[in-house]
Amino acid sequence: MIKYILQRLLATVPVVVIVALIVFSLLFLTPGDPAAVMAGDQATPEQIAQIRESLGLDQPFLPRLLSWFGAVLQGDLGTSIFTGQPVTKMILERIGPTFSLMLVTLVFAVIVAVPVGVIAAYRHNTLLDNAIMAAAVLGFSVPVFVLGYLLAWLLASNAQLLPVQGYRPLSDGVGPWLRHLVLPVLTVSGVYIALIARITRTTMLEVLSQDYIRTARAKGASERAVLFVHALRNASVQVVTVVGLGVALLIGGAVVTETVFSIPGLGRLTVDAILQRDYPVIQGIILLFSFVYVLVNLLVDLSYVLFDPRIRY
Amino acid sequence: MTPMQKTGPDAALSAAPASKRLRPGRFLRRWPALSLGLVLLALACVMAVFAPLLATHDPQALDATQRLKPPSAEAWFGTDMMGRDVYSRVIYGARVSLVVGFGVAVLATAAGMAIGLVAGFSRLLDSIIMRIMDGLMAIPSILLAIAFMAMLGSSVVNVIVAVTISEIPRVARLVRSTVLSLREQTYVEAAITSGASTLRIIWRHILPNAMPPVLVQATYICASAMVIEAILSFIGAGTPPDIPSWGNIMTEGRALWQVKPHIVAFPAVVLSLTVLAVNLVGDGLRDMLDPRRKS
Amino acid sequence: MTSPILSVQNLHTSFRTDDGWTEVLRDISFDISARETLAVVGESGSGKSVTALSVMGLHPRQSVRHSGRIEFLGRNLLELPEDRMRAIRGNEIAMIFQEPMTSLNPVLPIGAQLVEAIRLHRDISRDDARREAVQLLEKVRIPAAASRLSDYPHNYSGGMRQRVMIAMALACQPRLLIADEPTTALDVTIQAQIIDLIKTLQDEEGMGVMFITHDMGVVAEVADRTLVMLRGDVVECDRTTRVFRQPGSNYTRSLLAAVPRLGSMAGRPRPAYFPTIDPETGQAGPDAQTAPPPAAPRPVLEVQNLSTRFDVRKGMLGRLVGRVHAVENVSFSLNAGETLSIVGESGCGKSTTGRSILGLAAPTRGRILLDGAELTGTSRAEMKRQRQNLQMIFQDPFASLNPRIRIGESIAEPMIVNGIAGRAEARDRVAALLAEVGLSPDMMNRFPHEFSGGQRQRICIARALSVQPKVIVADEAVSALDVSVKAQVVNLMLRLQERLGLAYLFISHDMAVVERVSHRVAVMFLGEIVEIGPRAAIFANPQHPYTRRLLAAVPIPDPERRGSKRRLPELEIRSPLRPPGHIPPPRSYRECAPGHLVMEPSEDWALLGAA
Repeated sequence: MIKYILQRLLATVPVVVIVALIVFSLLFLTPGDPAAVMAGDQATPEQIAQIRESLGLDQPFLPRLLSWFGAVLQGDLGTSIFTGQPVTKMILERIGPTFSLMLVTLVFAVIVAVPVGVIAAYRHNTLLDNAIMAAAVLGFSVPVFVLGYLLAWLLASNAQLLPVQGYRPLSDGVGPWLRHLVLPVLTVSGVYIALIARITRTTMLEVLSQDYIRTARAKGASERAVLFVHALRNASVQVVTVVGLGVALLIGGAVVTETVFSIPGLGRLTVDAILQRDYPVIQGIILLFSFVYVLVNLLVDLSYVLFDPRIRY
Repeated sequence: MTPMQKTGPDAALSAAPASKRLRPGRFLRRWPALSLGLVLLALACVMAVFAPLLATHDPQALDATQRLKPPSAEAWFGTDMMGRDVYSRVIYGARVSLVVGFGVAVLATAAGMAIGLVAGFSRLLDSIIMRIMDGLMAIPSILLAIAFMAMLGSSVVNVIVAVTISEIPRVARLVRSTVLSLREQTYVEAAITSGASTLRIIWRHILPNAMPPVLVQATYICASAMVIEAILSFIGAGTPPDIPSWGNIMTEGRALWQVKPHIVAFPAVVLSLTVLAVNLVGDGLRDMLDPRRKS
Repeated sequence: MTSPILSVQNLHTSFRTDDGWTEVLRDISFDISARETLAVVGESGSGKSVTALSVMGLHPRQSVRHSGRIEFLGRNLLELPEDRMRAIRGNEIAMIFQEPMTSLNPVLPIGAQLVEAIRLHRDISRDDARREAVQLLEKVRIPAAASRLSDYPHNYSGGMRQRVMIAMALACQPRLLIADEPTTALDVTIQAQIIDLIKTLQDEEGMGVMFITHDMGVVAEVADRTLVMLRGDVVECDRTTRVFRQPGSNYTRSLLAAVPRLGSMAGRPRPAYFPTIDPETGQAGPDAQTAPPPAAPRPVLEVQNLSTRFDVRKGMLGRLVGRVHAVENVSFSLNAGETLSIVGESGCGKSTTGRSILGLAAPTRGRILLDGAELTGTSRAEMKRQRQNLQMIFQDPFASLNPRIRIGESIAEPMIVNGIAGRAEARDRVAALLAEVGLSPDMMNRFPHEFSGGQRQRICIARALSVQPKVIVADEAVSALDVSVKAQVVNLMLRLQERLGLAYLFISHDMAVVERVSHRVAVMFLGEIVEIGPRAAIFANPQHPYTRRLLAAVPIPDPERRGSKRRLPELEIRSPLRPPGHIPPPRSYRECAPGHLVMEPSEDWALLGAA
């Protein structure tokens, strides 16, 4: 088992390196001169050249890549063109709301979606199944910010039940923290729930048609035991995989939702950075999110050993 | 043939005449969701193609006197902050969404298929290609698209390029795994033993059988591209503001959505319905092409 | 005669389909008493498994409709509510299935699955249930039972898994055991062991057994009474000896005629046609030997010292951890108009031998000569031209035709890719080929799904014939077919051989079919040929202990000779996986009669329980 964990860990290294390479290349190829932006409108060519030199921008690809790599490994993601602050510091300041949003959404979505998917599979081809699947395809189709406005309009503007704006850190107390998270979490979880519920249903249907399910029924096992002891465990590897892959949706959803609900998180920072063409910030955020994404999927891979004894090689 | 050979599950299959499936009434009853999707998608296409005829105003015409009007007989969906007619802008917005959706679906599928085929047939290139694909897939697709947009600058073509690149790995992976499993099929081995060349095997035996899952994937990519275009436009990294797209219209209504919800609401509904239509078509195709449903 | 445990009376079963209800069982009636075994036989689509699942109440309730009665110990099972039915399933009626590899839950330990079966119906503690689970595993002869409870199904072989299934079925001492093709997926020697086990346990527990099978040999071995089904109807139901001696219907007679019988070829050196009987009229066909093959100056195919090994790699760096010696030092020759059969159990390398000859697997070393010329060829075009003479028919006719291509084009493909015929000419050839294999030429525009299994195999034969090959490798080509269809396809192959002078390399695990079709036989064990010689000599005078074992395990379709066979010692076949540096020991063969070679004794003999 330790061998399996080590193997997965090692297999992750090239992916992380390639991600970093892609992210760096993208911004290296970006037209426009960050030095000119930093220097401002009134700068002389000499000043710009000086800035360029101090940032190492006059270097060719490989040396720049290596020095950037070295810096990233030490946690230095560069300096913001716009604010002049270290990108790492800017990200750390904004990380709380985003990760709160993502974590709560993940837990909420899994708790809702898995039972819903199981029920839909069990009641295959009934009205209930059709209704759940219709809701799921709708969940896929309504873009996250549209859902955000809709929920805000339904639950906040009209009924004044919940705050529509802002964020309270956990240090302000669990109550306010959660109250401010309700709308964004519901918004982001829409598509995520749809995704997990669908894969749960599909996988459960597949599993329920297997021979060993027939064996369990032939033993006289109750339907509940068939579903939750025999079927769900076999379905869990696929479900967990999609939960992991769906984190990409969660990240995209967070970026947009923070704009809708004015949450001062990484998503908001991303949007601001795009508008200001603050490339180092964009680069840093993409790198961070990708790293988180790879990490989540590594954890998913490792969790397989809990669900499937065949994987322990 | 003796009648005994007609037993077995395949006998039932050959009994159903193929012509029966094509009648519209039967099609509608059998595939209601797919039918709804096709109708909605057709409507969206009509909107895009006949936008000049359907629009009541010039979508770009500014009118300072007509700012932020609610929906009325004159302006069906109301007007925006600059007095432009939201209805006409939504009609024209269909063009951007559909061009991006279909463009990305076609390009990403074509490129992904080429890459997937190469990876599926060349062991050497396989490991290199798939590592790059793994890397691209490790970056959440919206962020990858944002990065490309930051690099390329905003234009509709760049949106298509950016979203295409972030969708290619998914197609490539699907095609590669399909090719690898099809290569194991007995009928491919039969073709090999009869002396068929690799190119012929790909063309005659692999590609036609790999198409169904790829086609389904292409519809989902189309839907996803429309959503990503809207999101990119919404956060200001997509279609340039002077071209009406559903995402852009919503961006303009963003600040005022609590007081003037109509600017956001109409494009939101139309966008959601269009994406829904494509998803319904995808689900319908998936069920229709699922070999297990045929038995 | 005691009163029956199970009495099915006038059972009709219908399934819901897109076009309303379809009746799949019509007027089924039968009884099973304690200690009695009823065999339910029929070909695919006959409704035998549907009958079993109806008794178990395992059809999804909303899509099935029954009428009639299924009376089990005085209760009509069709009227019981689901929860009362559940209390019977696994408790009073237990069932085992065809596919031992997939019938156990892969993510739960064996012990947990056994304990569940026990505790579902009996109020005992988990510890007691575990103790009983050990006893059950011992009862089904699983060695070191106590230590294997925490193992998962993937740690067990196919035969062992079927034993676990049986143990699970016996957990609550059921009154009735339903066995649905329990040995079909198993190798013949394992099959014999499982049948023995079921019979022994039936005697111990006094159960009634409903034994579903398509194999008349198995029926003759196990059943007191036999029920023959055809397309949802009962054809006849009688004592097994009577069904075999005086079948009451033409269908049963045709079924029995198509059953290959080991030993039926004694005294006949050449292959013989199956004496088919028309199921409608009862008219019998001839049981004639084929003509002797023409004399040939040299073999059409020669295989010399062929070895095919597969590397087993593990880990990210692809470290070599072992090598599967799938084919090891195999040599044989094949004459025109002759059939050489390669027999053996799964994993013995017989398929890999065929695939290596066809170039579907890369041989590690050895020479393959076609008409005296080495197949490696001088140029690509030359090799392609040579390979035309070598065609293949695969086991699964469903999988060997591209589902999206019309069968006419599939048959024409070898001609077109080899540049033998243009489109128009190929079309004419296809029409002639279809007629040759007993199909109608106007079928060429149909798709594969419009044909039955037997018809598809005929199409595959037509495709193989299209380039006028000299040798056809038939890899389990008739194994997946129903018995009557199998006889017809074999007869077709024999007729084509006579007419065209084809040489067949007939790869099969089915000793009875092999006996009928072969001129010569090679027996493979763990990648090596252990015995090769004229068919008559191999079957009448087997020398190698493995050949004897293989022959002894074949069920004999004659209920009156039941019990005359000796019991097989229990043994699981080992795998040909070896460490990377393994050098196979040198082998030598002894010629015990002209052309009959047997491998000299080695360490394997002791293992095989050589007598």
